[in-house]
Amino acid sequence: MPIMSKDEAQALLKKVLSYSKADECEVNLSGTDSGNIRYARNSVSTSGRVSQHQLVVSSAFGKKLGIATINEFDDASLKKVVERAEELARLAPENPEYVPFLGPQTYAESKTYIAATAAITPKLRSDLVEQSIKVAKEAGAVAAGFLEDNTGFVAMMNSKGLFAYNTSTNTNFSVTVRTADGTGSGYATRGYNDITKLDTKTATQIATQKAVKSVKARAIEPGKYTVILEPAAVAVLLENIFFRLDARQADEGRSFLSKAGGGTRLGEKLVDERVNIYSDPLNPDLPTSTWNGDGRPQEKVSWIEKGVIKNLSYERYWAEKKGVKAVPGPDAAIMEGGTKSLEELIAGTKKGVLVTRLWYIRDVDPQSLLLTGLTRDGTFYIENGRIQYPIKNFRFNESPIIMLNNLEELGKVERTVSVESNQNYLLPPLKVRDFTFSSLSDAV
Amino acid sequence: MKRRNFIQMAGLSAGAMMLPFTGFGREVDLAELLTPLMDAKQKKQLADIALNTTRSLGATYTDVRIGRYLNQFVTTREKRVQGVSNTESFGIGIRVIANGTWGFAATNQVTADGIKKAAEKAVAIAKANSKFQKEPVKLAANPSYGEVSWKTPIVKNAFEVPVKEKVDLLLAANAKALEKGASFVNSQMFLINEQKYFASSEGSYIDQDVYRFQPGFTVSMVDRQSGSFKTRSAFSAPVGMGYEYLDGKPEDKISGPGGIILYNKSYDIIEDATMAAEQAKEMIAAKSVEPGKYDLVLEPSHMWLTIHESVGHPTELDRVLGYEANYAGTSFLTFDKWQSKKFKFGSDIVNFVADKTQVGSLGAVGYDDEGVKCKKWDLIKDGILVNYQAIRDQVSLLGQKESHGCCYSQSWSDVQFQRMPNVSLQPGKSPLTPEQMISGVEKGIYIVKDGSFSIDQQRYNFQFGGVLFFEIKNGKIAGMLKDVAYQPTHRNSGILAWRFAMNAITG
Repeated sequence: MPIMSKDEAQALLKKVLSYSKADECEVNLSGTDSGNIRYARNSVSTSGRVSQHQLVVSSAFGKKLGIATINEFDDASLKKVVERAEELARLAPENPEYVPFLGPQTYAESKTYIAATAAITPKLRSDLVEQSIKVAKEAGAVAAGFLEDNTGFVAMMNSKGLFAYNTSTNTNFSVTVRTADGTGSGYATRGYNDITKLDTKTATQIATQKAVKSVKARAIEPGKYTVILEPAAVAVLLENIFFRLDARQADEGRSFLSKAGGGTRLGEKLVDERVNIYSDPLNPDLPTSTWNGDGRPQEKVSWIEKGVIKNLSYERYWAEKKGVKAVPGPDAAIMEGGTKSLEELIAGTKKGVLVTRLWYIRDVDPQSLLLTGLTRDGTFYIENGRIQYPIKNFRFNESPIIMLNNLEELGKVERTVSVESNQNYLLPPLKVRDFTFSSLSDAV
Repeated sequence: MKRRNFIQMAGLSAGAMMLPFTGFGREVDLAELLTPLMDAKQKKQLADIALNTTRSLGATYTDVRIGRYLNQFVTTREKRVQGVSNTESFGIGIRVIANGTWGFAATNQVTADGIKKAAEKAVAIAKANSKFQKEPVKLAANPSYGEVSWKTPIVKNAFEVPVKEKVDLLLAANAKALEKGASFVNSQMFLINEQKYFASSEGSYIDQDVYRFQPGFTVSMVDRQSGSFKTRSAFSAPVGMGYEYLDGKPEDKISGPGGIILYNKSYDIIEDATMAAEQAKEMIAAKSVEPGKYDLVLEPSHMWLTIHESVGHPTELDRVLGYEANYAGTSFLTFDKWQSKKFKFGSDIVNFVADKTQVGSLGAVGYDDEGVKCKKWDLIKDGILVNYQAIRDQVSLLGQKESHGCCYSQSWSDVQFQRMPNVSLQPGKSPLTPEQMISGVEKGIYIVKDGSFSIDQQRYNFQFGGVLFFEIKNGKIAGMLKDVAYQPTHRNSGILAWRFAMNAITG
């Protein structure tokens, strides 16, 4: 039931709109079917499956908007939900920032749905986890991990003739392997739309290797170091830029993209000229929906080009007020990389620190985008092009903007998952000089 | 960070995007919200369908949670209402033990057929995963309570207060802040009502009606010239209370050092918004802190988060055992430290209790989400680690016979597991006022309200910010500071920080 075909969704939405008496009406419909297994101590701890669907009706009289939602789809319920939205609209205060719904749009066909993922069975889930646990057990180590998969559809239609539909699948996997005595820890994470690409065995082997190699970590002095950040570490830093591209915040003076004296930093060169960041819903390695929640098409957008801020994202009201195109914020982000592998980046490093993962990232100062957080699950000292020994974890205090100014090298791009937001990105490993570690942690 | 506006917004209209948290469920009108969906008898009948289905399929234990979660959000910005929304999420979660292994399934189709299917799925999942199980799940005994109920002791149901009254109050608070020069102000009220029905194969049928309330705001001050900006958040707290929290009774106000006003059992949002704008101006002009070693005097409005992160989380048994190793991490409070019965967590005057019964608190309920009656217990006594937080399938590992009653699930659709109760630092034997504490500090910082926070995965190294920072010089407040964040004085831990910090505790 939760996953409806395009025709089924269209028929249902048409029926809902036929009940509308409002000036404008827009209906959003969605359904998900998701499953997960959580394991720890080499054994499954929890596992479950959730199916849900929902229909949202937005009705407007003039600039007064009412919203009502329901998860029952019989005729009486559908009539009721439309009436309720209209009732709420009549009672609502007028919103001076109300923007009329969009008319018909053209969207490219998305690549977000893979049938194999939608067809996942409890057995496949448990087999994937079994392979992971087996690797850890054979190494005499202890695995804890999480596997989740989602199949979903979204559709929308409004009284101005807009119709949009999309289906998507995805799976995220992460595993932490610890040595039996708890003195070493390693991590790996993978995200795909296609579950057949998920290799839990290899991922767990990598995590196990990091765990074993991180035993007997030495303490070195905090300070400024050249670092090589694996893509999983790059993700949690850079997404703080991706999340904050909103023009209104910048125009209002409360963003790292606000300019002293007024205005924004759009068009300014903010970071190293080798930095190119964009979003592209049709990228085969990171497909996302070709339309966003209010029906705007999602297109390829360049956010930072040769170090220059090329675009800011706009809510429709603010774009109208500013007389610019209402570019929606990205659903995922891609950073262009180089040709070197992680091993080659290490080989070219005289002295430095390999950071495989960062954790608990928080704002310290939103104005300079200063962030704090810690290294975790495998941090290593590099000298003369080789990993010399594991080192104890550091806390860092650093701004991704400063970091992208101190860029030394970019490696080969790969798909990675943010442990903070669960978002997937295409990012390269980065080599950065003068990265600020402020204190040591004994945590393993 | 998890649910920033970066979430895939597909499936949400422009209107729906106005909801501050879209994950909370469906939108309903107020009249419907206030109408009970079904009585306890109907819920019992539905729960029995699940219990009978799973038993017939070989489950040895089952619990069923029928949850109706109601939320109301009222959000404003400067002079206008941004959104008023009522959401409802209704569904059933079924947890079973079959072949000695947990299984869980949830559905929002709360019909005989929907429940039966979910019950079958839960058992199938348990059986599929039992091949990994090293040892069968062992549940601590729990009495059958029969048919019982519990309700948060509220005076005035916030859901019943007309939306207009709420909007007017928020806009009045905004007006005060703007009048005092604020550049921007966002204010909101967030109401929760969890109608939770729990039934287990052991014969408990527990009907609970839980209320929570959080009013608040953020005042922003932007200095366009210098390009700097600061935000001052509200000094309110999330509470297990009704609308009476906004009474702002004079006896609940506390005048603090640096001319601040703090709030205890009730809150004055107009007064606080006025103060916020004035303080935000001062925050911009404040001098930047000199990095170095300082004594800290921490207000409870700040301290709660430091406690939550560095006492609450490391005493969660699931972390200690490694169940959270892949995400939140493990804990420095390892089993051997507890077993030694002499691990010094803090100085002798440090006592922390876990409590799910404290009236008016966020965590207070009658029974937890696996049907265990709630209670209060010691975590740190006279500075020594004496216990953890554990639920039914964990306490046997501690050689204890009773669950601590701290199992929780955020929704009917999520499986319940061990979650932190209220964790509180107890007053000292001869309590001091903040002023008295400050008078004994030569070089220090007085910190009010929680801000930025980050801590490692075993809870050794933390870094906390705050909202207001006052410099202490020779026992006196010497003006406001900015750019303050603190880390433990020794690299090896929160433990030592607690020792250093706990020279004195206020009442």
